[in-house]
Amino acid sequence: MAELKNIEISDSAVRSAEALDELQDLQGEKMTLNMGPSHPATHGVLRLSLELDGEIISKADPEIGYLHRGDEKIAENMTYNQFIPYTDRLDYLAPLANNVAYALAVEKLLGVDDKLPERCKFIRVICCELARVSAHLLGLGAFAMDVGALTVFLHTFNEREKIYNLIEALTGARFTTTYTRIGGLSRDLPEGWTEELSKFTKEVSEAIEEADKLLTRNKIFIDRTKGVGVITREEAIDFGLTGPNLRGSNIEYDLRKAHPYLVYDQLDFDIPYGEVGDCYDRYLIRMEEMRQSVRILDQCIAKLPNGPVNLDDGKIVMPHKQKVLSSMEELIHQFMLVTQGQNAPAGEVYFGAENPKGELGFYIFSKGGGVPHRMKIRAPSFVNLSILSHKLPGHMMSDIVAILGSLDFVMGECDR
Amino acid sequence: MINFVTEIFANYPWLMVLIKVLGVFAVIMPMVAYSVMAERRISALIQDRIGPNRVGIPFTRVKLLGLGQPLADGLKSFLKEDFTPAYVKRVFFWMAPAVAMIPSFVVFAVIPFGSFLGAQKMVIADLNVGILFTFGIVSLGVYGIVLAGYASNSKYPFLGGIRSSAQMISYEIAMGMAVVPVFMLAADSAWQSNLTGTWKNYLDGVGLLNLSSVIAYQSDSLFSWMIFKQPIAFCIFLVAIFAETNRLPFDMPESETELVAGYNTEYSSMRFALFFMGEYAAMIAGSALMVVLFCGGWTLPLGDFFSTPAETLIQGIIHIIVFIIKIAVFLALMIWVRWMLPRFRYDQLMNIGWKRFLPVSLGNIILTAIVLWVTA
Repeated sequence: MAELKNIEISDSAVRSAEALDELQDLQGEKMTLNMGPSHPATHGVLRLSLELDGEIISKADPEIGYLHRGDEKIAENMTYNQFIPYTDRLDYLAPLANNVAYALAVEKLLGVDDKLPERCKFIRVICCELARVSAHLLGLGAFAMDVGALTVFLHTFNEREKIYNLIEALTGARFTTTYTRIGGLSRDLPEGWTEELSKFTKEVSEAIEEADKLLTRNKIFIDRTKGVGVITREEAIDFGLTGPNLRGSNIEYDLRKAHPYLVYDQLDFDIPYGEVGDCYDRYLIRMEEMRQSVRILDQCIAKLPNGPVNLDDGKIVMPHKQKVLSSMEELIHQFMLVTQGQNAPAGEVYFGAENPKGELGFYIFSKGGGVPHRMKIRAPSFVNLSILSHKLPGHMMSDIVAILGSLDFVMGECDR
Repeated sequence: MINFVTEIFANYPWLMVLIKVLGVFAVIMPMVAYSVMAERRISALIQDRIGPNRVGIPFTRVKLLGLGQPLADGLKSFLKEDFTPAYVKRVFFWMAPAVAMIPSFVVFAVIPFGSFLGAQKMVIADLNVGILFTFGIVSLGVYGIVLAGYASNSKYPFLGGIRSSAQMISYEIAMGMAVVPVFMLAADSAWQSNLTGTWKNYLDGVGLLNLSSVIAYQSDSLFSWMIFKQPIAFCIFLVAIFAETNRLPFDMPESETELVAGYNTEYSSMRFALFFMGEYAAMIAGSALMVVLFCGGWTLPLGDFFSTPAETLIQGIIHIIVFIIKIAVFLALMIWVRWMLPRFRYDQLMNIGWKRFLPVSLGNIILTAIVLWVTA
């Protein structure tokens, strides 16, 4: 990542660092500290090479790429459906949401995104929001753990365990879900699943309130997070932040409201946004987003329509096996889908979905046929991390963990 | 036979001291081991987990609620590879764990952990400047950590060492200031000369700064405990003990999310375990100090049996048990706080120490002085 040499001075911590700069003669030499890629606070494999002046950071260079797998290139060599398992491994804390975002992007390319059955759309919204609750629970727990409150982390993990059980019942896998298919879903909801889900929404609401009691008015937590890592409105826009980090800086922008996809326009929910853009605001937003997600989940359970979950189009969705064995046309469809993939039209398409970490976008450039010519993944964590080298200088060493925790990034997505 | 034994003890007084030292050590070491165990079980309780509940008597199926766990932990740390990185300053690197651990044990030398067993006063060294000795020794604890940070020759331990030196120095001052009012009340020769009976015997020949005189002062009733007479001093002392023992919310030196493991990052095996034991021994020593200074020591305001020095063996043993239970209560408090609170930032910690606690404790001294002057 490129170094930013000219630092815009804004908050008090930076000013104090500047004041120190004026006393250059009195200073000793600076210390270079390598933080990561294997460090408890860098959530995965982020590496920061820091220049420290005592406990104050004078320069921070994020080094990324330790988890680079070349997902974008891999996508060029397989059919659209085959790439779905790779999307699990982008933001591995919210694989369901990645599956949905990717499927929607390809469906937009195929021109079938508005023809999806209602039930499919509702189930996909449930998936997205379940993933959001799961990712925020982890983000919150990890953030609390980074500033030293270990108990919150264990409590949120208890709730995530329930989500994983639900996901296991839904998809057969706990972590690598691969749930969506182009034009539908791999399977319908299992029997009794919605009851389990509504039981979970009640339990998770209690857990969220419990975490709220432990942190929101905790003096030490507030001291550690308020006024730390302030990202102003302008900075948030300039650096292209998305998701809770953008909304923390007092910008009400959520793709679910701004460009509603699936059935978000039929659902009633609020978008929280912060005032100052500090770590505390970002924390509060994640808390509130979880409550809103629970609200959405409850509405989806109530409104869930019956009907098919897949598009009725043999050229896009794999036909039922029984029909493949008994009917010629379905056999041909299956053969074509397996060997060639969906025959997408030539063209370019971009679709961004509001994922837990921000806008996960898939830009697909197709020359026609079953594989993309080029696919670009806009990973929110990658963009969000770009602000680090700008934001960290001037803060204390201990603030790094608070800022990293509040930015809530996933390296699987950042490095792709 | 009995004559022979008493003769030996009369001729070699250090023999009695040696027995006391061994006795205290035999109590403290298991307490250290089981406070680690208690930490793990209580944290599990708080975090909705189960905690270690499997290890019981070796080679049997008896689990005993996992009470064998400390033994297994100790054995494990002996069996781990004792790795010394190539770039460390070897002598200091080897010395640091011992230097960190010894002071926390030495503090117990002056702590009166009971009244009498037979004719023996239950304190190893009945110093007339007990409290000064404690502070002197407690401050030595920082050297182990600083030395570990320096000797590791690595950046994270270095930062941990630097932080701890600053932290411990600043909190020692607040701690010392907090104790001054306690002795302004207790170290009063007029009050001490009025003592009668066993108390007179108990305090025979000790100076005004001796820790057992503080206990004597608090023995009358529950409200003569310093915790009620000097609540401000108690709060400051409590927080300062947290900071001195590097417990959350003040565990700057090893704050594991920023400094990996702080000063003990480069340590492994038994040397790491020594730091660990040193930390818990320091917790016990701190709790013992709080019990002695603020919570009546081994006394309980439940009648003469509990609140006057023992005349029988059983009474003496019960006094020791009361003292250990009081320590356990404080240990539980420290463990509970650790798992409920986040960690302060380094500069905030220094702010609290210097800008809040120091002025407040100074004010408390002046307030106490005024009250004493008015009432005298």
